[in-house]
Amino acid sequence: MGFFDRLKQGLKKTGSLLKTDVRDLFKSEGRLIDEAFLEEIRAILFKTDMGYDAVEALVGEIAVKMRGRVVHIEELVDVLKVKLKELMAQPESPIEFAPSGPTAVMVCGVNGAGKTTSIAKLANLFKSQGKSVLLGAGDTFRAAAVEQLTIWSDRLGAPIVTGSPKAHPASVAYRAVEQALDQEIDVCVVDTAGRLQTQTDLMAELTKIRASMAKQIEGAPHEVLLVLDATTGQNGVSQASKFAEAAGCTGIVLAKLDGTAKGGVVVAIRQQFGLPVKYVGLGEGIDDLEPFVPDAFVDALFADVLSDPVTATN
Amino acid sequence: MFESLQDGLGSALKSLRGQGKLSEANMRDGLKLIERSLLEADVSYEVTRTFMSRITEQAVGEAVLKSLKPSEQVVGIVYKELVDLMGPVDHSLHLKGKDEVTVLMMCGLQGSGKTTTCGKLGRMLISRDRKPLLVAADLQRPAAIDQLHVLGEQIGAPVFSDRTTQDPVAVCNNAVKEAKKLGADTVILDTAGRLHIDDELMGQLGRIDKRCSPDQVYLVVDGMTGQDAVNSAKAFNDALELDGVIMTKLDGDTRGGAAISVKEVTGVPLKYMGVGEHLENLEEFHPDRMAGRILGQGDMLSLFEKA
Ligand SMILES: Nc1nc2c(ncn2[C@@H]2O[C@H](COP(=O)(O)OP(=O)(O)OP(=O)(O)O)[C@@H](O)[C@H]2O)c(=O)[nH]1
Ligand SMILES: Nc1nc2c(ncn2[C@@H]2O[C@H](COP(=O)(O)OP(=O)(O)OP(=O)(O)O)[C@@H](O)[C@H]2O)c(=O)[nH]1
Ligand SMILES: [Mg+2]
Ligand SMILES: [Mg+2]
Repeated sequence: MGFFDRLKQGLKKTGSLLKTDVRDLFKSEGRLIDEAFLEEIRAILFKTDMGYDAVEALVGEIAVKMRGRVVHIEELVDVLKVKLKELMAQPESPIEFAPSGPTAVMVCGVNGAGKTTSIAKLANLFKSQGKSVLLGAGDTFRAAAVEQLTIWSDRLGAPIVTGSPKAHPASVAYRAVEQALDQEIDVCVVDTAGRLQTQTDLMAELTKIRASMAKQIEGAPHEVLLVLDATTGQNGVSQASKFAEAAGCTGIVLAKLDGTAKGGVVVAIRQQFGLPVKYVGLGEGIDDLEPFVPDAFVDALFADVLSDPVTATN
Repeated sequence: MFESLQDGLGSALKSLRGQGKLSEANMRDGLKLIERSLLEADVSYEVTRTFMSRITEQAVGEAVLKSLKPSEQVVGIVYKELVDLMGPVDHSLHLKGKDEVTVLMMCGLQGSGKTTTCGKLGRMLISRDRKPLLVAADLQRPAAIDQLHVLGEQIGAPVFSDRTTQDPVAVCNNAVKEAKKLGADTVILDTAGRLHIDDELMGQLGRIDKRCSPDQVYLVVDGMTGQDAVNSAKAFNDALELDGVIMTKLDGDTRGGAAISVKEVTGVPLKYMGVGEHLENLEEFHPDRMAGRILGQGDMLSLFEKA
């Protein structure tokens, strides 16, 4: 199943609130775009978590282009989609692999966002591409975090580097990259403990972990992925800003997009920081990861709006 | 943000000075700012809209108090309404006598903080001279059982687990049956995280509920949740009849507007909040503090007591 279908399937499980909302607005003959209508559209957009400014910009766009006219739903959704797709457009390849030697990937994010699980999924993906993978258990803090990643490493058949209890995460990261070099591993993925972006000490620790990886390979980590929970609201903007500053994030993994949340906060993040979304998580299983496809994401945001989004957009 | 709302309101409502009464027209810009503030705090859109119209109705016609700036007066009205919305307070865990076994059950979305909260509640119970038993009913997430064992060790509470079964209903049931023998008077069930739209897993929660009839069922909600909080909270409440909500990760800079949404759709009291990863980081929920946080204001209460 492709990205869009999986996303759509995820969204379909609910008695889709958007669909009925918007369907009701549009009788078959279309509807006059007036203030009341704009208000209803505003509500629909807000529920995606894309944030105040993005919503106002989109509603403004509709107002300018369509106010006072009678339009059909397809036309309206097209205007929104074109605008959003423009905003979300990004280069194709999600991961820049190092031209030679191991590619080092560091994964960070707030507590419980889905980092460790996403690492397992990424490792699985890289393995399926024929690459060898090594995991670094850089979360030396949370109860049984090492055990959790170890279980994934067993299931994946990928080696893991762990620290002695209370070891500094930077030293674990350092040794992980070292072992990847020694054993000529293709990709080394390092886990980090969850932390809130306001904890300055812990944010500084990320900078150290980064630096320790660079000591082994110049230019490492090649990718620093911020894992964002799709149910996150406007705090995602603060997360993106502060993690990018402390850890030099290169992209986002949007986890838990299989729920009913739309993960629309990435629209605001994209708008403000230009940080691309590289992968999305669509479940707890090892295969539940897909490369992010901006157009499909935008289509999925409005999937419930149209009864058959695929035919409507094609 | 904190100051900006106050500043924005100040200038938006400057025109009010010298006018005797608040009216819809002279409050318009100020109300717009408050609405924006609520939405940026992740209060659900619907709740925000109904709330704003109620506020407008309430404020219009009120005489401008001499002691306050009109901006503060409007914020004050909003603040008071928010506090009312999130109350009344009920911090009680409704524990039965020590000769009986009280069963508490945690549920919620993946990664919301259930397991950690089990540890925190266990610790709190011990400090109140109770004997908790933590039950590892998450058989799904890798190392979930180990995680609970580590927490149990940290607080000095026994942990019930069974690595030979795949059936969390049986684990919970056996734990409740064994509790007395293990010297416990309060059982805390740590269930696996699940999506509210996962019928199979929601059904499983329902079966645990039926089999063990927990005295209290708590929904653990991530304090950073956005607009979707209404959907998940409603689904969990429909499936289980919640008795309380515990909101986590409020030690960061999230404004926590989901608290209002969750209260609004479930009607159950917000009981506790998680303010850190450490097991002592559990606090009673206070609507007034939360209202100030959602509005992006310091303690408005003192301001109001002055008025
Ligand atoms: N439904 C769903 N659940 C997910 C997804 N990704 C992760 N999870 C679940 O979310 C919970 C937290 O995931 P973890 O990978 O442990 O999150 P983390 O960021 O490493 O957490 P900490 O290390 O404690 O900060 C687990 O129960 C995962 O199974 C996803 O894409 N969809
Ligand atoms: N900063 C902060 N972190 C918290 C708080 N409560 C829990 N956490 C962290 O959030 C992450 C997830 O917590 P868990 O207790 O594992 O969450 P869970 O709901 O049991 O997760 P699953 O079992 O995978 O669904 C961990 O890293 C916890 O340390 C809190 O109040 N503040
Ligand atoms: Mg982790
Ligand atoms: Mg758990």
